[in-house]
Amino acid sequence: MTSMPQPGMARCIEPAALQALIDLLAQEGYLIVGPTRQDDAIVYDRIAGLDDLPAGWTDVQAPGHYTLVRRDDDAFFGYAVGPHSWKRFLHPPVETLWRALRDGDSFTLAAPSAPAPRYALFGVRACDLRAIAIQDRVFRDGAHVDHAYADRRRSAFIIAVNCGVAGGNCFCVSMGSGPRADAGFDLALTELIDAAGHRFLLEVGSDAGAALLARIDNVEASMADVDSAKAVVSHTAAHMGRHMETRGLKELLQGQPQHPRWDDVAARCLACGNCTMVCPTCFCTTIEDHGSIDGSSAERVRTWDSCFTLDFSYIHGGSVRTSTRSRYRQWLTHKLAHWIDQFGVSGCVGCGRCIAWCPVGIDITEEVATLRVAVEAGNEAGHEHD
Amino acid sequence: MMPTMDGDAWRPSVYRVARVVREFEEVVTLTLRPEGGNRPAFMPGQFNMLYAFGVGEAAISICGEDEGQGGFVHTIRRVGAVSHALASVSEGDAVGLRGPFGKGWPLSEAERGDIVFVAGGLGLAPLRPAIEHVLQHRSHYRRVTLLFGTRNPHTMLFESDFGRWRRGAEVDAVVTVDQADAAWRGSVGAVPALVPRATFDPKETMAMVCGPEVMMRFAVASLRDAGVPAESIHVSMERNMKCAIGLCGRCQYGQDFICRDGPVMRYDRVASRFSIREI
Ligand SMILES: Cc1cc2nc3c(=O)[nH]c(=O)nc-3n(C[C@H](O)[C@H](O)[C@H](O)COP(=O)(O)OP(=O)(O)OC[C@H]3O[C@@H](n4cnc5c(N)ncnc54)[C@H](O)[C@@H]3O)c2cc1C
Ligand code: SF4
Ligand code: SF4
Repeated sequence: MTSMPQPGMARCIEPAALQALIDLLAQEGYLIVGPTRQDDAIVYDRIAGLDDLPAGWTDVQAPGHYTLVRRDDDAFFGYAVGPHSWKRFLHPPVETLWRALRDGDSFTLAAPSAPAPRYALFGVRACDLRAIAIQDRVFRDGAHVDHAYADRRRSAFIIAVNCGVAGGNCFCVSMGSGPRADAGFDLALTELIDAAGHRFLLEVGSDAGAALLARIDNVEASMADVDSAKAVVSHTAAHMGRHMETRGLKELLQGQPQHPRWDDVAARCLACGNCTMVCPTCFCTTIEDHGSIDGSSAERVRTWDSCFTLDFSYIHGGSVRTSTRSRYRQWLTHKLAHWIDQFGVSGCVGCGRCIAWCPVGIDITEEVATLRVAVEAGNEAGHEHD
Repeated sequence: MMPTMDGDAWRPSVYRVARVVREFEEVVTLTLRPEGGNRPAFMPGQFNMLYAFGVGEAAISICGEDEGQGGFVHTIRRVGAVSHALASVSEGDAVGLRGPFGKGWPLSEAERGDIVFVAGGLGLAPLRPAIEHVLQHRSHYRRVTLLFGTRNPHTMLFESDFGRWRRGAEVDAVVTVDQADAAWRGSVGAVPALVPRATFDPKETMAMVCGPEVMMRFAVASLRDAGVPAESIHVSMERNMKCAIGLCGRCQYGQDFICRDGPVMRYDRVASRFSIREI
């Protein structure tokens, strides 16, 4: 019998024990969602076990580019992030907020009938853990609590995975959000494949994680395994696909609403809103109120929306942001600058999704770098003329 | 666990329409009283989200307090689906209401000084409870001026209030119209042009401005020209708003959420973005 694992402790498990862990979560009534390969992308969906994972696949990512190719091993987690993020479970794309029923000449309100699912999020990367923590600040920790979000969040069980490869668009190191998961999980895995076999180093992040780990076969991690796991993460950290300089970025962006560089990006941007849909922190929504044809009932539905649409800023008489320039500026300035004033953190976790899924390959890191160079060059020219 | 909605700021309460007053063609003033219980307290300048069953919700400024009866007064202009439904209610109908939300006018900071209210069109609605507050505490303030601009004499809001406000020269209320008719005796022209003619001590004045954004831009410029410091000018901003509780992200204005950090904003804090287009 092994001793009770404690938070902060490292254990080692076999793939079979990982399957046992999934089975236990299923028995406890969790809806388990994790990475699966569908339509040539890795997306998050219901999983029943290890067979559903994209074993042996990896992704090749570049601006406007994402493809899957075979790996030369059977790693379960040998890829970076795809078009989905976990916000589709914790902050669903379509959500009924309440229903209302006519009651004589008045009406009454009821919560939506379906109880919140208890999710087990399986395979959450460090950048996405940070993204969840950011949405917590938006929906749970502000003056007004979004109770449905808070309920889903409270009941979620999170199994993180430390990244073994950096995607071509990844820059979590720049944003200080990865590649190692250091908080916000119940259990965290590091996948190890070497002469000693295929196994996982498992770290405990909560009492619930410790209790679950105690119910599967596990052994104390050897010093060698702990070192190998560290090496996996540092190798990933050393191979980031991209970099973003964050020094003074808030002031840089907030000081440049009129910079001509916005016209340059606007000439390329289609205002399709893909970047906002794939971004794990973008939280903006619209509200639709529906009434039944006979007038007896109504409901309020919230759906994801994007600051790239014309409707987003519509007020009577016309939209505030009609030009693509102003919409891209709004997105980027909110994400990387205003977010810090609003929520105390940057809205970007460096996952690279907006870069991969932009149909014209606009790269947030490149936009920022080019703007910085242009502004700094302008400042110097200004000083020379002083 | 079944979801509950207790204490949920998404949840409207049921209010009854107690009175409907037609101001003019497309504008009505509604008195709404809570079905059971008392309405929450509010600050002049705050707003509610009003819900027309099955149609939708709109942000509407609190325009008065329904003396002694525990309700809210709201003035609504029909411009689209929701405002149309709200403006078409009859006495006894039920509507939903969430609120109040947002920051109000700086009425206590304004004490012991002069006040200049500048309103364009329906922008008078959120200023009305501030004017009433000042009248109730008239000795706390010095000169009080109201500059109100509207399209034409037929779009005059709160006509009976103007009489009361002007009585005993409590408020120096000046009305200007864009287009006059033969019977019009007042000013003609844009409301910012009234600022230089008003009497106030610019260094001891609190200015409170609400109206279309262009009008506010000119009004603020006139006030600055008259010597009113930027930090003594307050504007009430408007953006698309879906939730009013800082969750939908739509009302962002620079780093601020209008629903939470506004709608009333101190001008010096927004001056750098005030004249930037499409912010
Ligand atoms: C803080 C605040 C206070 C307001 N106070 C009043 C008031 O006292 N009286 C009044 O009549 N109106 C007021 N408005 C404007 C009112 O909210 C809009 O006229 C209303 O939302 C229009 O909705 P609609 O469905 O009738 O029109 P549509 O034009 O069909 O609306 C379509 C969409 O645009 C949005 N929208 C349209 N116009 C506006 C607008 N001007 N401001 C914000 N969102 C808009 C709607 O919410 C909806 O999402 C206020 C707005 C704000 C932000
Ligand atoms: S802005 Fe782009 S890189 Fe940053 S978190 Fe969002 S999708 Fe990821
Ligand atoms: S930046 Fe790219 S993904 Fe985002 S709206 Fe523009 S074209 Fe679409």
